[in-house]
Amino acid sequence: MSIEQSDIQSIAELARIRVSDDQLEAVTERIQSILSMVDQLQAADTANVEPMANPLDATARLRADEVTETNQREAFQAIAPAVENGLYLVPKVIE
Amino acid sequence: MINHTVATLIHGLSEKQFSSEELTRAFLDRIASLNGSLNSFITVDPDHAIASARKADAERAAGNAPALAGVPIAHKDIFCTAGIKTSCGSRMLDNFVPPYDATLIKRFQAHGCVMLGKTNMDEFAMGSSNENSFYGPALNPWDTHCVPGGSSGGSAAAVAARMAPAATGTDTGGSIRQPAAFCGITGLKPTYGRVSRLGMVAFASSLDQAGPMARTAEDCALLLNVMAGHDAGDSTSATESVPDYTASLENSLEGLRIGLPTQFFGAGLDAQTGACIDEALKVLEQRGAILKEVSLPHSDLTIPTYYIVAPAEASTNLSRFDGVRYGYRCEDPVDLHDLYTRTREEGFGDEVKRRILVGTYALSAGYYDAYYRKAQQARRLIRQDFLDCFEDVDIIAGPTTPGPAFALGAKSDDPVSMYLEDVYTLAANLAGLPGMSVPAGLVDGKPVGLQLIGQHFGESALLNAAHQFQLATDWHLKQPQLDSGEVS
Repeated sequence: MSIEQSDIQSIAELARIRVSDDQLEAVTERIQSILSMVDQLQAADTANVEPMANPLDATARLRADEVTETNQREAFQAIAPAVENGLYLVPKVIE
Repeated sequence: MINHTVATLIHGLSEKQFSSEELTRAFLDRIASLNGSLNSFITVDPDHAIASARKADAERAAGNAPALAGVPIAHKDIFCTAGIKTSCGSRMLDNFVPPYDATLIKRFQAHGCVMLGKTNMDEFAMGSSNENSFYGPALNPWDTHCVPGGSSGGSAAAVAARMAPAATGTDTGGSIRQPAAFCGITGLKPTYGRVSRLGMVAFASSLDQAGPMARTAEDCALLLNVMAGHDAGDSTSATESVPDYTASLENSLEGLRIGLPTQFFGAGLDAQTGACIDEALKVLEQRGAILKEVSLPHSDLTIPTYYIVAPAEASTNLSRFDGVRYGYRCEDPVDLHDLYTRTREEGFGDEVKRRILVGTYALSAGYYDAYYRKAQQARRLIRQDFLDCFEDVDIIAGPTTPGPAFALGAKSDDPVSMYLEDVYTLAANLAGLPGMSVPAGLVDGKPVGLQLIGQHFGESALLNAAHQFQLATDWHLKQPQLDSGEVS
């Protein structure tokens, strides 16, 4: 599968990673080489094979709906880049 | 003192030949003299280590100490440690001091083990050479022009250079076994779900598994006894009962059926490495094992399958790093979009960004079926190959890597050539099987490893075979010649 620089720009936007213009060509080239390698998979016969998400075919366990965590707001706020009055600060979203 | 194994350290501590504080200081001194050149550790906290050692000594004096009390150990910098920086080898977490301990860390603490420090690794465990660390690569103590392997390269190098008697690692596609092979130590990736992932920074959640790295199989068994077990805090933690992994070490290998996949011995395997593996297999045969050729017909799908599944899961897991709640944040973001995109551009290294982009692509609308679903189907075929083999054999053996450690920089410009390094190790992760690497020889003065792959929850059989192999060989006793001289 051939990938264009514009494809990389839209994937990067989905992944919320900025790719600068001067890096775009090199990034595209390397992603292309990885995708060419994984494209070997297209030749595999996987008809009627059930997809496997967990190697032990385990599914998520349910637990009782009880509070098991204690409030650690102070500890979590202490390691955040910017907080005020117990809130996490980000640039203004709505004028 | 620093040349002891964990088993002999336990003996020495219980016989009062030395205290944990003396022992811990000896390893801290060794780290102080060697880490500047080998770069095995990202963080060393001597005060914390000495305090833990004194606590263990007091418990031993009071006669109520657990078996491993006072044994020093290094932890890969992927495990959250309360109050001690946990970087995961990334600029993104360079300022991250976790408010809690990983379950694995708590288990070692409960057994009285002393944490010497946090070891170097490829960023977010993505890499096979340690060159993707934000802190620069750890170096291979056998040849400092060579990589120690990755991603648990700092742990492997630290154990090989006697800076720690043992260390923890994690293995998503070979990250315990490949550095163990390159550094001449013994490493075990347990069955998926055997060791809790709570507090272990996530890379690919259906593949990640923590395990021990040490000098001997016996030490790996002692450490796995501490690490293994159900954890309600990890939704994929296994509930199977945990045996005493040391109990079966002395079992005879008489009649053990070892499968040799033809695909592990073909083109691509370095001839001298192959000769070491052949010799190692003869040793196992002399101890009673029966060697049988087997086939893993879908082997050629392993690398492409892994390099879809792992990046897809990584792209999801790493979406949590947004510059808002913890970790790196870019300077002066103009808006929320700029905050996200620039934080992630600046906080992640090149390989991590590549994998996030590949994973995002494989999961995106229009490509999901062709990539991610297809890879999940191939993954089932790969696992079935192993299950079919285990109808006829008890364990599988082959090389851990295609050759010995390669030179720094030799593969760092070409991601695909780096990916090919993992050709023999990836399948155990995709199939969820336990795998080990055991020192099996030297090629041009550099170690190579024999890989053993077992059945689900068959760690005991691997440790038994590896221990019996080590009773008959001395490759695990070889040590690198370092500038500060051989350790006596």
